[in-house]
Amino acid sequence: MPETAMVDAPAKAATGGNILQVRNLEAWYGESHILHGIDFDVNAGEVVTLLGRNGAGKTTTLKSIMGIIGKRAGSIKFNNQDIIRATSDKIARMGIAFCPEERGIFSSLDVRENLLLPPVVRPGGLPLEQIFDLFPNLKERLNSQGTKLSGGEQQMLAIARILRTGARFLMLDEPTEGLAPVIIQQIGHTIARLKKEGFTILLVEQNFRFASTVADRYYVVEHGKIIDGFSNAELAANMDKLHTYLGV
Amino acid sequence: MQALYAQLLVGLINGSFYALLSLGLAVIFGMLNIINFAHGALYMMGAFVAYFLLNLGGINYWWALLFAPIIVGIFGMILERTMLKFLTGLDHLYGLLLTFGIALIVQGVFQNYFGSSGLPYSIPDQLKGGMNLGFMFLPIYRGWVVIFSLVVCLATWFLIEKTRLGANLRAATENPTLVRAFGINVPRMITLTYGLGVGLAALAGVLSAPINQVRPLMGADLIIVVFAVVVIGGMGSIMGSIITGFALGVIEGLTKYFYPEASNTVVFVLMVLVLLVKPTGLTGRAA
Ligand SMILES: Nc1ncnc2c1ncn2[C@@H]1O[C@H](COP(=O)(O)OP(=O)(O)OP(=O)(O)O)[C@@H](O)[C@H]1O
Ligand SMILES: [Mg+2]
Repeated sequence: MPETAMVDAPAKAATGGNILQVRNLEAWYGESHILHGIDFDVNAGEVVTLLGRNGAGKTTTLKSIMGIIGKRAGSIKFNNQDIIRATSDKIARMGIAFCPEERGIFSSLDVRENLLLPPVVRPGGLPLEQIFDLFPNLKERLNSQGTKLSGGEQQMLAIARILRTGARFLMLDEPTEGLAPVIIQQIGHTIARLKKEGFTILLVEQNFRFASTVADRYYVVEHGKIIDGFSNAELAANMDKLHTYLGV
Repeated sequence: MQALYAQLLVGLINGSFYALLSLGLAVIFGMLNIINFAHGALYMMGAFVAYFLLNLGGINYWWALLFAPIIVGIFGMILERTMLKFLTGLDHLYGLLLTFGIALIVQGVFQNYFGSSGLPYSIPDQLKGGMNLGFMFLPIYRGWVVIFSLVVCLATWFLIEKTRLGANLRAATENPTLVRAFGINVPRMITLTYGLGVGLAALAGVLSAPINQVRPLMGADLIIVVFAVVVIGGMGSIMGSIITGFALGVIEGLTKYFYPEASNTVVFVLMVLVLLVKPTGLTGRAA
């Protein structure tokens, strides 16, 4: 573990202004203190990836931004508005969409209902045809029960349903977890295309080989803190360090 | 034969009330995770509101069918906002105790002012009289109650199982946190769901006023059987609670004809049998 917990902000990618600014974010599950002061930024149009070992606090960071952790402290600014005290439905309506690690497909809803569940929060979402263009499998399974889909299809559905809403800031928690290489590739293409469409994406990944195909910048989370950060161009130079951080 | 049909009709009428009440209980349980012991008291309030509307405001039965569920529903939503909502995440026992307490208070207040005897509420003119069906004489009001209840039950089923709003509700039953994180105001939805369940109970109360009179304890007597119905049908399913409600009403009616001594206990005997075979109820999912 490196000596310094605070890290210099890595070089900003050549993209738009700051969309998300997280400062000294702390979070608790009941009595257990999980995040101990997380600092990072996401700029408009970027794909930023949080890397880190199991239990490092990546998911907790996304959940804190989404407002679904009971106790949080510090500051989270989204488009310059502090959202640390906002409820999760308000945060969603400001244009943040979340695709959870466990996917969260509803078993009492069919695929169509799952897809249409998140309400449109602002104009600018992808039309359904474009979503089916990205995920042709879903179109054929519209009337199936949500949880009868394969793992890969469920992941596609979980991503697809947040593209309709008009949220332009997406948080994807380990979208490739447990999926076959072809499907991982398809999800990679999708993320690249979303980036081209102007979406800003905060990605959590353990698989940095996958992440390196889509990410502009990386932050490394360990024990509830950001311990390092670098851009995709600096990835090769940081490989050794990364192996140590991630224990791979 | 005439007597058999008459008992069948009584069974269907009771089944209508069972279905409306257990449907509301199922909807409330799904969303709030609360076993609403106040349901019988709210049913009684529905009947009393109809009585007040008529005798104090000159507002007739038809308008009472609309207004009583709304008024009692609003009362329910106030209960949810001021008390029930603080029970989120706690053991079922707390909800059960709180709603049982609410039921006792509400019934106590009404008993204090109205005693235990029934107040009359007459059948609306349009539904007076009867019809000879050839094989039996059908009092029109009773036929109306059965058909109207069935329509309301099916409409509720349609709302929950086939509409966008219902999809939100089903999703929030499964994972309220995620549904809220999509931008849906789940706390408001919970309040409205409680209002809907309570409204169905109040509607049943209005429907029963001309048949059973308006009494402070009318709900307390009924709700025990309804809970048995719910246990038999399982809390998990909307259609399950509708079908079980009507079916048990009919079974009770048939028992009254074939073996009257058992008519008051048959539902409870069935409950025990179902619990032995399938502890989650016929349509229920494991908790
Ligand atoms: N609901 C919870 N209640 C209590 N502790 C929790 C809860 N969820 C997570 N934790 C703890 O918080 C810490 C961080 O968990 P988190 O899920 O954020 O890790 P992660 O970086 O996403 O890991 P993974 O890569 O395995 O998904 C872990 O030590 C975990 O045990
Ligand atoms: Mg995680």
